Amino acid sequence: MTSNDTQLFNLNYLDILSRQDTPLHRLDPRAKVMTVCIFIVTVVSFGKYEIAALLPFFLFPAVMIGLGNLPAAYLGRKLLVILPFALLIGIANPVFDREVLFRIGPFSVSGGWISFCSIILRFVLTALAALILIATTGFMGVCAVLERLGLPRVFTVQLLFIHRYLFVLSDEAARMSRARALRSFGNRGMTLTTFCPLVGHLLLRTIDRAQRIYLAMVSRGFTGSLRMRSRLGFGRREALFTAGWAAAFMLMRIVNLPEAVGRAVEGMLR
Amino acid sequence: MSHHIIEVADLRYTYPDGTHALQGVSFRAVHGESVAVVGANGAGKSTLLLHLNGYLMPSQGKIRIGDLPLAKGTLQEIRRTVGMIFQDPDDQLFMPTVYDDVAFGPLNLGLPLDEVDMRVAKALDLVGAAHLKDKPPYRLSGGEKRRVAIATVMSMSPDILVLDEPTTGLDPLARRQLIGLLGNFQHTKIIASHDLDMVADLCERTIVLHEGAVRADGPTADIFRDDALLAACRLEKPLSMQKCPVCAPKINKGVLMTHDHH
Repeated sequence: MTSNDTQLFNLNYLDILSRQDTPLHRLDPRAKVMTVCIFIVTVVSFGKYEIAALLPFFLFPAVMIGLGNLPAAYLGRKLLVILPFALLIGIANPVFDREVLFRIGPFSVSGGWISFCSIILRFVLTALAALILIATTGFMGVCAVLERLGLPRVFTVQLLFIHRYLFVLSDEAARMSRARALRSFGNRGMTLTTFCPLVGHLLLRTIDRAQRIYLAMVSRGFTGSLRMRSRLGFGRREALFTAGWAAAFMLMRIVNLPEAVGRAVEGMLR
Repeated sequence: MSHHIIEVADLRYTYPDGTHALQGVSFRAVHGESVAVVGANGAGKSTLLLHLNGYLMPSQGKIRIGDLPLAKGTLQEIRRTVGMIFQDPDDQLFMPTVYDDVAFGPLNLGLPLDEVDMRVAKALDLVGAAHLKDKPPYRLSGGEKRRVAIATVMSMSPDILVLDEPTTGLDPLARRQLIGLLGNFQHTKIIASHDLDMVADLCERTIVLHEGAVRADGPTADIFRDDALLAACRLEKPLSMQKCPVCAPKINKGVLMTHDHH
């Protein structure tokens, strides 16, 4: 039987990581969520042909991975899993944007390729930051903070439930597909005529389960708001963390550091 | 303590699709009583249970829990009084960690955090699951899930426990431990089950439902001795009251062998 661990790309390993005890994990979740939000907004705000100025931003994930004792290889594999989405978004750029921006020897580099690279870079940065956030704060912590920061409760509750029942649902789907495989006698490919009823059935089962869960919730006094214990403390450490990184991001945003370094080196050589 | 009483009078319920699930069920369970609800699949057990904490509202008839009639205005109070434990613990454990799940009810009651902490610790201790506190529910075994599901209800200090098939899917030891645990509770208990041996162990009284109506209601021992009644309701004697299938043929064999010798 396939366990939860092998399914869904070992998703709950992120949860295990989030239960470590490092200075970064002990930090109030609000500080981490805000910092990552500022990071993402800053990264996204660059012009579409920007590549060099984005590179210093890798400092943030690098430091976080170090402080949070996170396995970089694991996070890298996670990124690869979602990379196709970014490729899909960026892949049309080289086709449509053929204006030549500069030449390296005999090769001319079009704007499309530059913006394509920029998209991939931004994707890697932002997705990595989100993964790190969950690996250091836990999915639940992130949801609690989002609610505290004003995200409508409906969304946070939805997120929590998706997270909780993803495993149950994937198990259910796995059981159904195994039941099909055991009776298909070497007929490996799933045809549309078996796939459609299977998915429909899964949906019906899900609705049934949702009803039972709701029942369990109302019988324990659920009235629409999810209350969770939260003993958060936003102290000086948190303020320092957030303000420090925010200042660093601003600096990286305003000053093109690689260019500045390049110019300084050029100046010295002259 | 009159609020541990359940009174159901001429309860009728028809599902939106027209199924008459309950057709005039009446009974009264008093303080501290353990009552089993048995019956074939589709006899109306689950529908009856769903009424006891007001998830379904009667199409006709009345339900009283303690001093309160079941009505829109009394729902909150009744849901606190009646602790409902579901058949599939995965439906009941929906929070990210065991602690949060057990704390869910008390937090909804609006209790202060210290009190919530205390109640969670107490409820988990009671079911022997204190060490599972920080685990996510999907990492627990079936028996552990069942224990935690019971703790989630106990943390609200209910007066009445309603259990739907508490022993399904448990290994024999876990089942035995659960029976021991439930036996220690002083609450008024309503247990719906097909596990008639558990019923014989835990419940002094049994209600037999058949096609949406009460077919029999009396001391468990009497009900299980009534072969005609059991057969009519698609039930069987608990195994503990049947002849031993292993020993019985052996005796016959012994007799045959002595015959052979002569």
